[in-house]
Amino acid sequence: MDVHVDRDRCLGAGMCALTAPRVFDQDEEEGLVVLLDARPPEEQRAAVRVAAGVCPASVITLTQDGSSPAS
Amino acid sequence: MQHEPSTRPDTARTLAAGEPADAAAPVTLPTGRSAGCPFDPPAGLAELREERPLARMTYPDGHVGWLATGWSTVRSIMGDSRFSSRYELMHYPLPGGPEGPLPPAPLGDMTGMDAPEHTRFRRILTGKFTVRRMRQLSDRVAEITAEHLDAMERGGPGVDLVEAFARPLPALMICELLGVPYADRERFQGHAHTIMSMDVTPEERYGAFVGLQEYMAELVAAKRAAPADDLLGDLARDSDLTDEELVGIGGFLLAAGLDTTANMIAHGTFALLTEPAQADALRADPELAPQAVEELMRYLTVAHTSVKSALVDVELDGLVVKAGESVTLSLEAANRDPERFPGPDVLDLHRKATGHLGFGHGIHQCLGQQLARVELTVALPALLRRFPTLRLDVPAEEVPLRTDMSIYGVHRLPVTWDEV
Repeated sequence: MDVHVDRDRCLGAGMCALTAPRVFDQDEEEGLVVLLDARPPEEQRAAVRVAAGVCPASVITLTQDGSSPAS
Repeated sequence: MQHEPSTRPDTARTLAAGEPADAAAPVTLPTGRSAGCPFDPPAGLAELREERPLARMTYPDGHVGWLATGWSTVRSIMGDSRFSSRYELMHYPLPGGPEGPLPPAPLGDMTGMDAPEHTRFRRILTGKFTVRRMRQLSDRVAEITAEHLDAMERGGPGVDLVEAFARPLPALMICELLGVPYADRERFQGHAHTIMSMDVTPEERYGAFVGLQEYMAELVAAKRAAPADDLLGDLARDSDLTDEELVGIGGFLLAAGLDTTANMIAHGTFALLTEPAQADALRADPELAPQAVEELMRYLTVAHTSVKSALVDVELDGLVVKAGESVTLSLEAANRDPERFPGPDVLDLHRKATGHLGFGHGIHQCLGQQLARVELTVALPALLRRFPTLRLDVPAEEVPLRTDMSIYGVHRLPVTWDEV
């Protein structure tokens, strides 16, 4: 699983940092998403999927094998 | 529902092939709650959600727009920039509201703005409400919680929990965070209450708004002169906000922080006291608190509705919402959608209520949600653990409900306990 974030459209709601804190953080200044791990290990992936699902601005996208969209 | 084509306003829409004729019949927003079920949304919403999660709705001003009740429909509209939040485009969904279009959002009122104006304000504020910053306030929340629980214990059994605990805790926290003197609360709490009331005249609401702005203008002038180390001080020093914008933002954040969490604490306690097994589960397992808070947010949904207006024609659920039409989003109906939350009318603190819309969704999702989470996660278990025998002091049906306020909850919550 590859994780991508679009900081330009991020709202800083913090749902990702709340849901998957090992993979996402917020920067100190603007509170926008910071990706800590673009290829999270197996045990983090469920939380990452939830984080992508609850992001209010839908700025987290997941792909598999670097290309095809992950379900 | 009776079909009365001769008297119904024109729905400006033709029926699709195979669509039952009754689907075009506009409804009005169900608002009546049954006294026996203070936690359940008004009757009629569930039926509507099942039959037509996006339904034609007649607004009190005669506008024929829409009512969305299904979780996926509500959520998709909240996340769709083709729908505007600007007040001046909105038709008011509740009786007794203003006739005709509303005035535009006052400077600083982020709720009534779209991008890019909204984005500018939001960007200035998001860094101040991050998960990490709000968690750093946990110790202070715990301190204030303990002080108020101590005072309750010293006073002996029998208090109004709203007055003794639910209202002061978030008020103190938002005041400290913003840098608003809590001692001034007489000056702003009354205004904030009037703004949130649904049974006041437009003149009264406007007067309260002006009163709150006057208070905030004095405070902002003081912050500009000597910026303190608090949120309003930071904004006065570092941001490019004008005085008027800073006054608007200050009033907006203060009003938003006073009433919302207070009602979640009081109404959440009310719900837990009527479901003692759930209260016991929370007492027994501190680890359950974050999940319990999400479930209470879903189950209670103290902010009921949001209204958006289509900027262009939008096709949704096989229907077309035309440009200019308002859609009332029933967050409480969406949060009880059985397709998203099985057995939705049961309060189950062990449920994963992820994805609830209690804080909204999309660009307007609650800015203060992480602060609310910290306050609720600390306050509710602490209250239950300090008073293991906490119970209602009046029959549940006598607890006065806030059916007259835009944030639902209780006006008073008389509780008592056994002295140890």
